Amino acid sequence: MIAEVSESAALEHGLTREEYARVSERLGRAPTLTELGIVSVMWSEHCSYKSSRRHLKKLPTRGERILVGPGENAGIVDIGGGWAAAFKIESHNHPSYIEPFQGAATGVGGILRDIFTMGARPVAVMDALRFGPLDAPRTGMRNRHILKGVVGGIAHYGNCFGVPTVGGECVFADSYSGNPLVNAFALGVFAKDSIFLGSAKGVGNPVIYVGAKTGRDGIQGASMASAEFDENSAAKRPNVQVGDPFLEKLLLEACLEAMATGAVLGIQDMGAAGLTCSTAEMGGRGGVGIEIDLKHVPQREKGMTPYEIMLSESQERMLLVAERGREREVFAAFEKWGLDAVEIGAVTDDGNLTVKNHGEVVALLENSLLTDDAPLYDRPYTTPLRAAPLDGPQVSAPAGGELRAALTKLLASPDLCSKRWIWEQYDYQVRTNTTAGPGGDAAVIRLKEAGISLAMSLDGNARYCSLDPRLGTKLLVAECCRNLAVVGAKPIGATNNLNFGNPEKPEIMAQIVESIEGMAEACAHFETPITGGNVSLYNETLGESIDPTPVMGVVGIVERVDPPPGAWFLKAGRKLILLGGLLPGGDDRVERRFGSGEYAKTVLGRTWGLPPALDLDYESAVQAAVREIVRAGLVESAHDLSAGGLAVALAECCFGPGKVGARLAVETGRPAHVALFHEAPSRVLAAAPADAAAAVLGIAQRHGIEAPVVGETIADELVVEINGSEAFRAPVAELYAAWDTALERMLEAS
Amino acid sequence: MKFGVVIFPGSNCDHDAVYALSRNLSQEVVEIWHRSEDLCGVDVVFLPGGFSYGDYLRCGAIARFSPVMRSVKRFAASGRPVMGVCNGFQILLEAGLLPGALMRNRNLRFICKTVRLSVATIDSPFTNRCRPGSVLAAPIAHGEGCYFAGGDLLDRLESEDRVAFRYAGENPNGSARSIAGILNEGRNVLGMMPHPERACDPAMGSTDGLTVFQSLVAAAVPVL
Amino acid sequence: MKAIVRVALKKTVLDPQGRTISAALNSQGYAAVRDVRQGKYFEIDLADGLDRAAAGAQVHKIASDVLANPVIEEFAVEIRD
Repeated sequence: MIAEVSESAALEHGLTREEYARVSERLGRAPTLTELGIVSVMWSEHCSYKSSRRHLKKLPTRGERILVGPGENAGIVDIGGGWAAAFKIESHNHPSYIEPFQGAATGVGGILRDIFTMGARPVAVMDALRFGPLDAPRTGMRNRHILKGVVGGIAHYGNCFGVPTVGGECVFADSYSGNPLVNAFALGVFAKDSIFLGSAKGVGNPVIYVGAKTGRDGIQGASMASAEFDENSAAKRPNVQVGDPFLEKLLLEACLEAMATGAVLGIQDMGAAGLTCSTAEMGGRGGVGIEIDLKHVPQREKGMTPYEIMLSESQERMLLVAERGREREVFAAFEKWGLDAVEIGAVTDDGNLTVKNHGEVVALLENSLLTDDAPLYDRPYTTPLRAAPLDGPQVSAPAGGELRAALTKLLASPDLCSKRWIWEQYDYQVRTNTTAGPGGDAAVIRLKEAGISLAMSLDGNARYCSLDPRLGTKLLVAECCRNLAVVGAKPIGATNNLNFGNPEKPEIMAQIVESIEGMAEACAHFETPITGGNVSLYNETLGESIDPTPVMGVVGIVERVDPPPGAWFLKAGRKLILLGGLLPGGDDRVERRFGSGEYAKTVLGRTWGLPPALDLDYESAVQAAVREIVRAGLVESAHDLSAGGLAVALAECCFGPGKVGARLAVETGRPAHVALFHEAPSRVLAAAPADAAAAVLGIAQRHGIEAPVVGETIADELVVEINGSEAFRAPVAELYAAWDTALERMLEAS
Repeated sequence: MKFGVVIFPGSNCDHDAVYALSRNLSQEVVEIWHRSEDLCGVDVVFLPGGFSYGDYLRCGAIARFSPVMRSVKRFAASGRPVMGVCNGFQILLEAGLLPGALMRNRNLRFICKTVRLSVATIDSPFTNRCRPGSVLAAPIAHGEGCYFAGGDLLDRLESEDRVAFRYAGENPNGSARSIAGILNEGRNVLGMMPHPERACDPAMGSTDGLTVFQSLVAAAVPVL
Repeated sequence: MKAIVRVALKKTVLDPQGRTISAALNSQGYAAVRDVRQGKYFEIDLADGLDRAAAGAQVHKIASDVLANPVIEEFAVEIRD
């Protein structure tokens, strides 16, 4: 065994004194440098979930459709007819700040590998993005640069790989200026009897390395993802990985062909912490050991040390265990696609990770030390950090002209404007399955083989979560499920990405705990178990935390392959029906809750108070009614009400190809701005032909939900009447222009 | 009728073409691996979209050296139909089967959207079933689709009626004279940036692309 | 006066394009090709009569701030009269 290291080296690797003592005690000696590297990445927050694990256990993870839950590379749900879907979301926040293009590209690459390592062919990608304001005086230019790089990187990787990027969301706030968020979601489909797990088995079986050669890419990346940024982050730049989507596409085809031979027993991608994580986890899950010799590992650079090889985060690599005697079948698949496939070791029975270099042992660690026995913290927490006051300014009711100006301003705001500039750069049609693409409430892809469609929605809402993480998280789960309902889908499973600040600060830890508990309650209520996900902590720059940003991805089934109704109006003369009602549940303390809305943020320039009130049972009733109405084909369009409330949703419904207008007539005892812009949940705006309206109202009544008729569609103009008198009117073309080109105008400011 | 869809490393619209031709058009389809020189007796060769060899060096620049391209050249020289879409068009240009070049889109960004495409000639095996001057809805999805050629060549393409498709209305990528697809001198090789194979199924919002493939089927039936 | 700037990925950074081109050349029979790295080439026309050292410094700054991405790329500057 070679030279051992000291405590100071351990501290430099981000381990605490206590953690170092624990390693030394388990080993009965000081670790070697390679061992220290291995332990530090496996015990990093990113790999070990040491701060969140205790609370993640509160999430519901079981259900009749769940085939594989958390702990594997991706969760798997049964979608019927012998088919299964694998999906997961993962963050690449820190790398995307350092090098936006490659950081985002490799984020997409990583999540795609998580899907096809299970045996599924990826069929859809979505992204949740957060950036600092594009027009901020000091950071605006940098924020624009980051956005352009991130979008370019996602497009580069997904388009080349040949997976459609079918949707997502993009929101702006100050707290992301020094710490953008890039959360990539991917979904794959396969026959449910051909699932592959990241588990080693069969003592003596060969351990095979496939894909790209190993270079000095991203060494310590997993540790980086678990440390706050400081002014020295620039010095970390050489660690950035470069993605090669072409190679990944070859790797996909080769892996699926190798798996089809039946000679592959277990397989895992090399993501964060590369060879280290894949060997330790595959051995750990299989209850076996793995021994490798680094001299066999294909290397891109000369003179790499064992430490560097074990910690490299070079992309587009996989580790697999094959059946002894059938290696040739596996190698043949990779040879066909021109990829390296090399036996680097074997499965052992000792439960250890043994790393040799030209025969000399450079690391010998029990798998359990790296996985199950990694530190688990019960971090203290108090009450969630709250930056905004509970009470806001007295808002006097705006006049008609002001309402029109406010609507225009909201439609042209960074959060609500059209994101066409972004999604037109993504090939959202490749594979010819996208029946509802970007820009709608939920994305829908048909599965030609299975005769059904899958709907998916990605959502986060830090505006709400920073005021009340528990309620905010419940609201965003509800919104994801409502997005699915408007395309006629029933949710079947979910994945989560928890983006927060430093968990060692009790008021941040409290955000995490409350958010997870809210998520647990809502997911249980909507019967959408969590099948896996990602935790991204330490999202802080110079001690300033991001707004708490849990992101949910919910997947649902539609039992048909035809396109669902769109969000926009198709023809004039249709009845407008507000399913759920104007202010469901007689929202209490509306003045306070109005402060969490987009109107407060954009028009009034400040937020305060609490998120909108949510009645989970009423929400379920609305969703059930909407689903039934949509599935029955009774409405021409259906659109979920969310940020910006009724007025913004109504305007968005006018922005289809026909630019059909509407006359909205509401009766309310509330001030006009509350009626038009409050973000009460549990509402969907639908347009129905006159002869179908009665059936729609009948279904609503049967589900016990309010469903006022609030006007009709008309040609070319948006007219708003409150309590019988006209508040304002605006040409659709004018509103559309403000909404459609806003992002482009913001980005093209130099 | 038998279509052959060529698969290069990095092709990613190959499955879509196979589905459209076999399921929406109901014709026989074989997949041809790029290392094979055997075209399996097909009647039409189809080079699909994607990112062959990652589009590294230049789009289509490495794929043109694949063994299959020797057979494709002979096949084209014998007058039989060869069609390249998107990356397939780029490969045909790099291989010298069509003239001109494709450059980065004018706005320097990848563009995915459905565009309006006017049929510029019906005198080809790919467009004989279109009505003259008709406009098709077809998706584009490319980063380098800006057709470039010298003025003389552009004049020649037009005078010889070899522009097959033009963008109608908006020219999304800055192509010279709004050219979206061209024919070779023999009129049996077509390259186009828009994806007709993505517009063959009612569920995808347009079936206008089917006309292009139906033209090929019609062209194969001798007129009595 | 002219400045030539060559930009390429750092030696330690993976160059997918170069790697793919190299493999293609090998399969074409160019067995002697061991590796290819791809880069960008810029010719910058500068005003006449500039001080050579000052021009060099200026182009160096242009290269590091604009032409190259220092996170993953390195560059070389050459000044020609």
